Amino acid sequence: MVGYIVRRIGVSVLILIGVSLFIFALLHAIYPSPAIDVLGARANGALIKAWNQQNGFDDPWLVQYLRYVGNLLRGNLGYSYKLNQSVTALISEVWARSAWLSGISLVLSVVIAIPLGIYQAVRRNTVGDYVATGLAFSVYAMPVFFLGLILIQIFALDLHWLSFEGSQSTSLVGVITDLRGMTLPIVTLTLLTIASFSRYMRSTSMDVLAQDYIKVARAKGLPERLVLLRHLVRNACLPMVTLIGLSIPNLLAGNLITETLFNFRGLGLLFYTALQNVDYDVLLAYTLIGAVLTIIGNLVADIALTVADPRIRLA
Amino acid sequence: MQMTGGGGSLPPLDITRAPEGGEIGPVQSGWRLALREFAQNKLAVAGVAILLFFVLFSFVGPVLYHGNYLTSNLLAVNEPPGTGYPLGTNNQGYDELALIMKGGQVALEVGFFSALVAIVWGALWGAVSGLAGGVVDAIMMRVVDVFLSVPFLFIVLIVAVRYGASVVSLSLLIGAFSWLVPARLVRGEVLTLRVRDFVSAARVAGAGRTRLIGRHLLPNALGVVIVNVTFQVADAILAIAFLGFLGFGLQWPNEDWGDLLSNGVSYLQDGYWWQVYPVGACIVLVVMACNLIGDAARDSLDVRLRSR
Repeated sequence: MVGYIVRRIGVSVLILIGVSLFIFALLHAIYPSPAIDVLGARANGALIKAWNQQNGFDDPWLVQYLRYVGNLLRGNLGYSYKLNQSVTALISEVWARSAWLSGISLVLSVVIAIPLGIYQAVRRNTVGDYVATGLAFSVYAMPVFFLGLILIQIFALDLHWLSFEGSQSTSLVGVITDLRGMTLPIVTLTLLTIASFSRYMRSTSMDVLAQDYIKVARAKGLPERLVLLRHLVRNACLPMVTLIGLSIPNLLAGNLITETLFNFRGLGLLFYTALQNVDYDVLLAYTLIGAVLTIIGNLVADIALTVADPRIRLA
Repeated sequence: MQMTGGGGSLPPLDITRAPEGGEIGPVQSGWRLALREFAQNKLAVAGVAILLFFVLFSFVGPVLYHGNYLTSNLLAVNEPPGTGYPLGTNNQGYDELALIMKGGQVALEVGFFSALVAIVWGALWGAVSGLAGGVVDAIMMRVVDVFLSVPFLFIVLIVAVRYGASVVSLSLLIGAFSWLVPARLVRGEVLTLRVRDFVSAARVAGAGRTRLIGRHLLPNALGVVIVNVTFQVADAILAIAFLGFLGFGLQWPNEDWGDLLSNGVSYLQDGYWWQVYPVGACIVLVVMACNLIGDAARDSLDVRLRSR
């Protein structure tokens, strides 16, 4: 198994190199140099050329890539000429806020989706199952922002229970304790994730319920509660491990929209402002971070599944 | 005819029913069987009906209903639904219903065109990779892995912001990042198909690679591809809605649903619900219809799930 894990990590590193090359090359082709931002819109060609030469922006892109990676490894994510701040500082300021929003939503989704999916599978084709399936199907087809808007309309504008804006507190503790501001963003992201998780959970639970070992457990007279707890839950949760790992790209996209909609200052909103400002280094850094998180998610999902499920222990 | 022979106590033999209780009928081809199965699924039929409705609504609708979406009319700003404006007007005095029709055209065009790009490219990539095997296969699949790890929405946003969004550019862009799942699916199919007898027979008969892929492998892998198309359309429609909502969608005089919705959001506090909810409902319905069709198609094409 150690051999498999080592090989799997090796593949991930290869993919990481490929992804970073692709993203760097693409963004480099789109925005070759920030010279105009630094020198101003009225800078002439000679000045731009001199600045590019001075700062290494006329080197071949592969050289620039290697230099960028070298900087990355030393913890330097680039420089935002639009905000006059290092990207590392910008990101370290807000990453914990996004991690809180996404993390708590992911945990809540898992905690709710697993029992919900099992309930639906056990009580298949009852009213409860139909209602849950219908709701999950509707939310699944809903863009994040529309879901968020409906919640804002009901709970913030009509009932005045909650704020239509995410927490504006500058400290993480302030954000965590600000339930009035954070409930709606968290609920939006959670509902969205539950919608996709519970569908998988329902279908894997149904697959497991059809297995022989469930019949054996029932036949030997085990109470239904123990059949579900000991035999169904453990087996049906295995695919969830993969699903959580693979949900990172959706979580990042959901995070981007939710933070923009609720004006919550996190990585997503940072990326959105960078898009409007055409802040090249921030875009590059956050896209790369997204890719790294996606790859790590896949890797952890694969390894966790191998550790958890003896049947697929390879090599 | 009643069978009365034998011991007399045996129940009459019903020759139209199989031992498990299913009906015995003439053997039908896989596609016809799948189609029948699909047509019996009420949700699938509902999905097709919704999708057909939106195609007519978006493309035939503007021919029948001439709402103003080109010249701002300050005398009819933010009118509620009523006479003259079935769905009210927005802050420019544009007719909301006409705008939704325009947006529907964009959503459906980008949805179908990008799915087409993704499916054609992905199917070819997967078929070539699966048939080639060995090093070529390994390299081609690592390329798929690499693209799968690229944050799709981020790249689409960055490129769309830089080069502007049009129906063609968005379709190509979304298609360029959606061919990965079809490629994997088709490769998987081809891997199981290529060792089957009919492929060996074609090979022995002297069929080249192109003929093998085009005539024997792809047609048989078509099932998974068809199922995937519907999900691709749904994803693409959601992606342009995101783009439009963030303000990087199509430019005037084109209109997309996400953009319409984000315009309406500014007036949510004023209670101008008609600028938000009809559009939102359109997005949800179309995406849901695609998902319904996809789920049903998967069930009806999956032989293992077919009711006997």
